[in-house]
Amino acid sequence: MPIKRKPNLAATIALLPTWFAAVAVFIGTMAWSIRLSFTNSTLFPSSTYVGFAQYSKLFSSAKWLASLQNVLIFGILYVAGCLLLGFLLAAALDRKIRFESAFRTIFLYPYAMSFVVTGLIWQWMLNPTLGIQASVRSLGWESFVLDWVVNRDMAIYALVLAGVWQGAGLVMVIALAGMRGIEAEQWKAARIDGIPVWRIYVSIILPQLGPALAAAGMLLAMGVIKTYDIVVAMTNGGPGNATEVPAKFIMDNLFGRQNLGLATAGATVLVLGVVIAVAPFRYAMHMRARAKGAA
Amino acid sequence: MAGLHPNGPKPARLTAGRIGLYAFLVVAALFFLLPLYTMVVTSLKSMDEIRLGQIFALPAKLDFSAWVTAWSGACMGTVCVGIRSGFWNSVAISLPAVVLSVFIGAVNGYALSLWRPRGANLLFGLLMAGGLIPYQIFLYPMVRAMANIELYNSLAGIILVHVIFGLPLVTLLFRNYFVSVPEELCKAARVDGAGFWRIFFEIMLPIAVPMVVVVSMLQFTGIWNDFLLGLVFAGRDNLPMTVQLNNIVNTTMGERTYNVNMAATILTAIVPLAIYFLSGRWFVRGIAAGAVKG
Repeated sequence: MPIKRKPNLAATIALLPTWFAAVAVFIGTMAWSIRLSFTNSTLFPSSTYVGFAQYSKLFSSAKWLASLQNVLIFGILYVAGCLLLGFLLAAALDRKIRFESAFRTIFLYPYAMSFVVTGLIWQWMLNPTLGIQASVRSLGWESFVLDWVVNRDMAIYALVLAGVWQGAGLVMVIALAGMRGIEAEQWKAARIDGIPVWRIYVSIILPQLGPALAAAGMLLAMGVIKTYDIVVAMTNGGPGNATEVPAKFIMDNLFGRQNLGLATAGATVLVLGVVIAVAPFRYAMHMRARAKGAA
Repeated sequence: MAGLHPNGPKPARLTAGRIGLYAFLVVAALFFLLPLYTMVVTSLKSMDEIRLGQIFALPAKLDFSAWVTAWSGACMGTVCVGIRSGFWNSVAISLPAVVLSVFIGAVNGYALSLWRPRGANLLFGLLMAGGLIPYQIFLYPMVRAMANIELYNSLAGIILVHVIFGLPLVTLLFRNYFVSVPEELCKAARVDGAGFWRIFFEIMLPIAVPMVVVVSMLQFTGIWNDFLLGLVFAGRDNLPMTVQLNNIVNTTMGERTYNVNMAATILTAIVPLAIYFLSGRWFVRGIAAGAVKG
């Protein structure tokens, strides 16, 4: 435990710019945005309060509702896909494989690329007239269909595919680091008991990786709410509203349609969503830390 | 695994399981490499060849003209100057933003963990909350505030925005790093009469060099790959490469020149990729450190 000491002036001054950023930018602008969401602001901010009118308008907008549904589908499949594929890759690489570092490099490199680049590559690959579909058809399989980016029902899965391609390597790195930290004794004990390798991974390794995988999942989930660039680059929300997402809805209304009140109402809903999603997690961490401190 | 042979012979090297394992890894590797291969191959083809719709075929003859066009002639709307200006904009944005945010983050982490002035925990909590909240709620008031201080649509403005929004992650990583530094080191220096800044520059910063490298890499790739902030705050003259790339590719006029688009895409990705390939180990360490966030 730190000893109580006199507050140091230099340390206090050194933190002033950060205090300014935290209070003025993070708190101040958020409060401003929330305030705007209760006004009838359009192109310019207005101070005419309209209560929850923007919110009711928001939730009667088909586009907003579609965007919520889309981000939910995308988020669940993207996080689950990254965790599953990442864990499988890590487990495979953990099996004393030749060329391990080459494989690791191949699986992780997409993570260095931006979502704009990722979106553009996959848009190109899934383009029905020139991409994979055309290529497979020219090999003689005339009925082959892979038109996800232009297909209303499949476009959201195209985003998931691109997202998992980009993010699975992150989970792999974290999981592999965790696996390498597990003691050899446990392996020996499990092998002597005759437990098959896959069971060891599922029943012994996986639970121990829990916190690391939860952190990775959390990291990916935070990205989901901000999902914007990959949609703009890959489908621009289309076809129809099939890949519309809240972050894009807000941006469009903020800068394109000059609908400030509606946009800030949407942003407020997003923030509430984050708070609701994070609060139980933080609470659990807090309680665990306290339990540890008490022990 | 019916019988147990602790001292028996090792199993044959290539069992069915091993073959399956390698098959899985190879298929996965193909999935991860396919887009990169497609990009490179497409960028080296002529448009006539691309129209044949054979995305995986090797180019009939190497044609680098798409690369030249992407770099210095591709059109964004009506302006046809290539992605070159975006490249230099991204450099001009990223370098100062990384240096500033890493420096401020290091000072923050050091002050928050080893000095703990009044309100340190509150400040840290505010920063973490700021890091979790979606940018969209900050944007409009930020734009207005930046306009008021005449930094909107300027290079200094976009750098400042990146520094501010980078603070949560950078501070977190440095704080976690400095927490593990023995407090005695700090105390001994204080007994010797060193103050806040001297201890920072002469003891803590040198100790933290590995973290500085890791955080710089994370910040650099993060800022280089940013799209949203650049789009909103940079202004027409300072648009980063990612925004220009999207403008080139999603331009609605004329036929899409896929070879140029792919070359421009590779050019945009090449700097973070080079960082990753040249210093993969640091990159991995940075990601693992970044994942502890939360």
